[in-house]
Amino acid sequence: MTVQSLVPPTAARDENASRLANQPKIELKDVSFFYGKSKALKDISLTLPERAVTAFIGPSGCGKSTLLRMFNRIYEMYPNQRAEGQILLDGENILDRSQDLNLLRARVGMVFQKPTPFPMSIYENIAFGIRLYEKLSRSELDGRVEQALRRAALWEEVKDKLSSSGLGLSGGQQQRLCIARTVAVQPEVILLDEPASALDPISTAKIEELIDELKSDYTIAIVTHNMQQAARVSDLTAFMYLGELIEFDHTEKVFTSPSNPKTHEYITGRFG
Amino acid sequence: MDEHIVKSYDEELKFIVRRICEMGGQAEHLVERAVNAMVKSDLAMAEAVITDDALLDAAQRELDERAIMTIAKRQPMARDLREIVGAIRISNDLERIGDLGKNIAKRVIAVHDHPQPMQLVRGIEHLSELTLQQLKEVLDAYVERDHQRAERIRDKDEAIDAVYTSIFRELLTYMMEDPRNISACTHLLFSAKNIERIGDHATNIAETIYYIRTGAQMGPERPKSDRTTSIVVPPEAAGSAPASEA
Repeated sequence: MTVQSLVPPTAARDENASRLANQPKIELKDVSFFYGKSKALKDISLTLPERAVTAFIGPSGCGKSTLLRMFNRIYEMYPNQRAEGQILLDGENILDRSQDLNLLRARVGMVFQKPTPFPMSIYENIAFGIRLYEKLSRSELDGRVEQALRRAALWEEVKDKLSSSGLGLSGGQQQRLCIARTVAVQPEVILLDEPASALDPISTAKIEELIDELKSDYTIAIVTHNMQQAARVSDLTAFMYLGELIEFDHTEKVFTSPSNPKTHEYITGRFG
Repeated sequence: MDEHIVKSYDEELKFIVRRICEMGGQAEHLVERAVNAMVKSDLAMAEAVITDDALLDAAQRELDERAIMTIAKRQPMARDLREIVGAIRISNDLERIGDLGKNIAKRVIAVHDHPQPMQLVRGIEHLSELTLQQLKEVLDAYVERDHQRAERIRDKDEAIDAVYTSIFRELLTYMMEDPRNISACTHLLFSAKNIERIGDHATNIAETIYYIRTGAQMGPERPKSDRTTSIVVPPEAAGSAPASEA
């Protein structure tokens, strides 16, 4: 299923409609995933357009996080997990064995459910990743750290305590620090796995505002259990169930008049 | 449709739907009595209609509050959201129908002492029969969430408009014949217009039912046979000389 074949539901959202006409950034072709012998994802095909937000929703165990973990092949850190099919990032199959994983993970950054700052200073949390990929002078590095923190809407809150530990920040700030860390290495795609589920409403709003801003530069994929959040932040929504892609359409359509009865049952709270 | 995991959510939705059905019954009854009061020149009935309209107003306010509370608490999606938004719209239409009925009742009191051409009152009675039938059908379509029936109902609005246009012409003729008829005929004209407007609200409800059921708007084609906006009294027929000769 490709977004090009989908007609925007109303002309009122011209901006989003044009965003959805963007080039495909990630294309999945008959992708399956296995935990040992168990098939967790079944022949999934869909396209994530460039510089748009695609949300993945579905009940626990439906495979949405598994799918996200394939986009940067982070699953390879665990034994007995393997993928089949093709995932094209700008037309190149990232599941190919010759794929440089470090390079892939620099291009496709990831933020997890629980904030995971490194046990080091705020500054180092950001600079650490940049140093892995680039050799920069101190002043250039300072500039990049500031830029990343500004991008993650955290600069004003931390600029006077850059040398304090990242662990001393609040949960919401820690999560934004992780987003800053991801943005600092200048990726093309950002994967967000339940980025706000452990945060209070104010921090959640800040993260959502941030997603809105980031999507002008990055392709974003977000997994969330909060359907209102998916409805608010995404341009496209994929509903998954038992490892299958049930429906993939414009977010507006999925949350107002979904085509599949299963999607309807899930988003209206009738699943059971 | 299957029930929600949270049972109290179902109860809230059922309440809203039940209230719309009750309001529909009240609105229908109110219009029926208003027209009856006109046909029979029944002042007591007209006054009762005016009093009873307050019940519909109160029901609409209650429904609005409940619907808003449900949206705030449940953040409804898809069909559930359309059911609630649809209920708010329909209750608004029903409340307006009540107001139009009340307005007819007020005119019954106003024209009570003036002689009314019985033939015209019959015309209005016929118009109201068509409109009430339309209202009844649309409320049935709401109960069944039958969007195809709702579409057919909208198409029937044309007949109401056509009858209204003919009443308009007839009233003009009466007024031209004898200026003493003007007062009563003007009130009758407004009453006929009110009834025609009730038909329009029934059509709105039909469109809302279609939206609730399908998630799509019914489409812009809406038949119009109300030609009164282009009808004028010819100056010579009204007895006035052309301006140039004045």
